Amino acid sequence: MLENQMELHFASISQNEAFARTVAAAFATQLNPTIEELTDIRTAVSEAVTNAIIHGYENDPGQTVILTGEIQGRSIVLSIRDTGRGIENVELARQPFYTSQPNMERSGMGFSVMEAFMDKVVVESSPGQGTVVTLFKQLSQEDDHA
Amino acid sequence: MQIMTKRKNGLLIASLSGELDHHSASQVREELDEELTMDIQELELDLSGVTFMDSSGIGVILGRYRILRERGGSLRITAMSAYVGRILKMAGVLPLVSQQESQSKGKRGTKHA
Repeated sequence: MLENQMELHFASISQNEAFARTVAAAFATQLNPTIEELTDIRTAVSEAVTNAIIHGYENDPGQTVILTGEIQGRSIVLSIRDTGRGIENVELARQPFYTSQPNMERSGMGFSVMEAFMDKVVVESSPGQGTVVTLFKQLSQEDDHA
Repeated sequence: MQIMTKRKNGLLIASLSGELDHHSASQVREELDEELTMDIQELELDLSGVTFMDSSGIGVILGRYRILRERGGSLRITAMSAYVGRILKMAGVLPLVSQQESQSKGKRGTKHA
């Protein structure tokens, strides 16, 4: 059974959204996922990292976001951590179309996208301490790939 | 993100290529809004060159949709990859911006980014 783990620390700037999702996809590639699974992972990680930068750190570029990845067999777990302002009401934040910044043209679909594209999304947050979003996905068996 | 635009009468056609995320969203928003002069009533977006899009992209599209609606106009997406279609469908945006028959129909849902 394949076991692996990685950890990436990066500055909380928007250029790193593409960097982080590319790293997450590259890490997942060793499981030989389908293109769709890889896209799901890239998209979900992009959402979580964007949230950390915009909401967690409120666009302060001097902070650090941490992405960790774990692989066990065909299951991949990715977590995105910030030590920013935290979320007061996680349940509310996860509602489709909810946004704390309606004037910023945010769609409010970040968590919905993560939930749609991953098997499970766990959000742990405390105000003033930060947020950890953990994304779980069980990849299909390679034999099933066309 | 690269944006190519063409205008004829009240129509603006914008072809986007690259990755549409939070990082590129502000640039896309600014460039499109600059082109959306008051004489423009219709905006057609060709997203076939968009290789990545997340909810920030949905925000940009919905924002332009509202601008056009407020002036009695419309926004249509004329081409997109299956992947972009999937995320727009998930967000409930697809029915708002779907092509009504004809033009570039063959392009839809054929590419996978």
